[in-house]
Amino acid sequence: MSSRFHKWLTGDYDVMEKVYDIAEARDMTREQMKKKNKEAKEKLDRRREVQRAAQARTRGFYHIYIGIAIVSCITLVGVLLFCIANLPRYGVENPRTVEVVKRYVEKGLEETGAVNVVAGLILDYRAFDTLGESHVLFTALVCVMVLLRLDQKNMTSRDEDYYLITSDKYYRINQDPIIRTVCFVLLPGILIFGIYILLNGQNGPGGGFSGGTVMGTALIIFAEAFGWKTVDKFFSKKRLMIITFISLGFYAFAKGYVFFTGSNHMENIIPKGTPGAILSGGLILPLDIAVGMVVACTMFGFYSLFMRGTIGGND
Amino acid sequence: MISTLLINYEEAVAIILFGIGFTMLLFHRNLVKKLIGMNIMDTGTFLFLASMGYINGRKAPIIVNGVQSTEAYINPVPAGLVLTGIVVSVSVTAIMLSLTIRLYKRYHTLNLDDIYEMSKSEMEDR
Repeated sequence: MSSRFHKWLTGDYDVMEKVYDIAEARDMTREQMKKKNKEAKEKLDRRREVQRAAQARTRGFYHIYIGIAIVSCITLVGVLLFCIANLPRYGVENPRTVEVVKRYVEKGLEETGAVNVVAGLILDYRAFDTLGESHVLFTALVCVMVLLRLDQKNMTSRDEDYYLITSDKYYRINQDPIIRTVCFVLLPGILIFGIYILLNGQNGPGGGFSGGTVMGTALIIFAEAFGWKTVDKFFSKKRLMIITFISLGFYAFAKGYVFFTGSNHMENIIPKGTPGAILSGGLILPLDIAVGMVVACTMFGFYSLFMRGTIGGND
Repeated sequence: MISTLLINYEEAVAIILFGIGFTMLLFHRNLVKKLIGMNIMDTGTFLFLASMGYINGRKAPIIVNGVQSTEAYINPVPAGLVLTGIVVSVSVTAIMLSLTIRLYKRYHTLNLDDIYEMSKSEMEDR
């Protein structure tokens, strides 16, 4: 397996070629198959020759390029190391950065109601930054969907076969009782751990991003162990889009409302609660949940798109 | 300079990681290796930010027992910045991997020079 991966990385082995061979071998005799393989080999040899000729043509340029690259790499690392040598000592407080930190640490608990100063920082003082991050994730999901999604319109017969191998046939071949049993035992724990991280973002290490990632991972493991069809029943592309849209819209609306009504924390209509309880920190908990939903959907969407080119089966 | 670098060793290691990633980006023709190099660059940036916020002998900025003085906790600002960096890194990696997959599906190779040559010959054929 590792050697095959290495071959693929160095360009000697083509994963897709084998898949295509399976697709076309159904209605083909042995002789035809042999002829086709020979043709493919000749084509590959011709391609290699073209590549070698191109390499020979660009060799002079390549030497210059290597020289410039070495010089620029060494210069960059040298300049940066020189800057590091003039930075303040590692592990000692830098007085110039203390002013902002003082406000966050000393007033953070009263102003945001969060025991975890970092959660208060990213979801209250700098909440619009986190809104932007969620939108970056969502935009990345949409880009990957544009690039990799296969539907009835753009799916060729080769893609269809590849798609089938990674969904149905693949599942039937790999139906392993050990994996299913282990996942059956572990999955509730993983999901509850994700929810715990998500809900305790204001009281300890954690929050929307980490909790959402754990929940997305639980969904991925579920799909791998019990088949994609089971997940497709309750998690379609439309539902993913609705969940993401509601989360992002709620985040923007809630934070915008608080920003315009309770700016500078003059009078906030949302109660802060007792510090340390789950229902504390004002808006931080709902915003954490919204971010967690977006992250979980994005992680599952990435995996599903990379694995089989669709979210939620044929649509 | 060497002695100050030894004191600031964590930042120095971060810069060396950044340099390794940058070198990989420039020297490898394989798209997947370029991506790995970019991820190493990201790691160097995160290590640099985290080490800039660290202060010896202090704890993570989670308020315990009502202690609310700056002398008890490390700098919380770099933690928020690293979070932003990780999210952007994940998104960029996903988009670049999907672009690599599209290129591989069309040209059956990961070598950037070969892809460039083939696309050029395709343009000439047209």
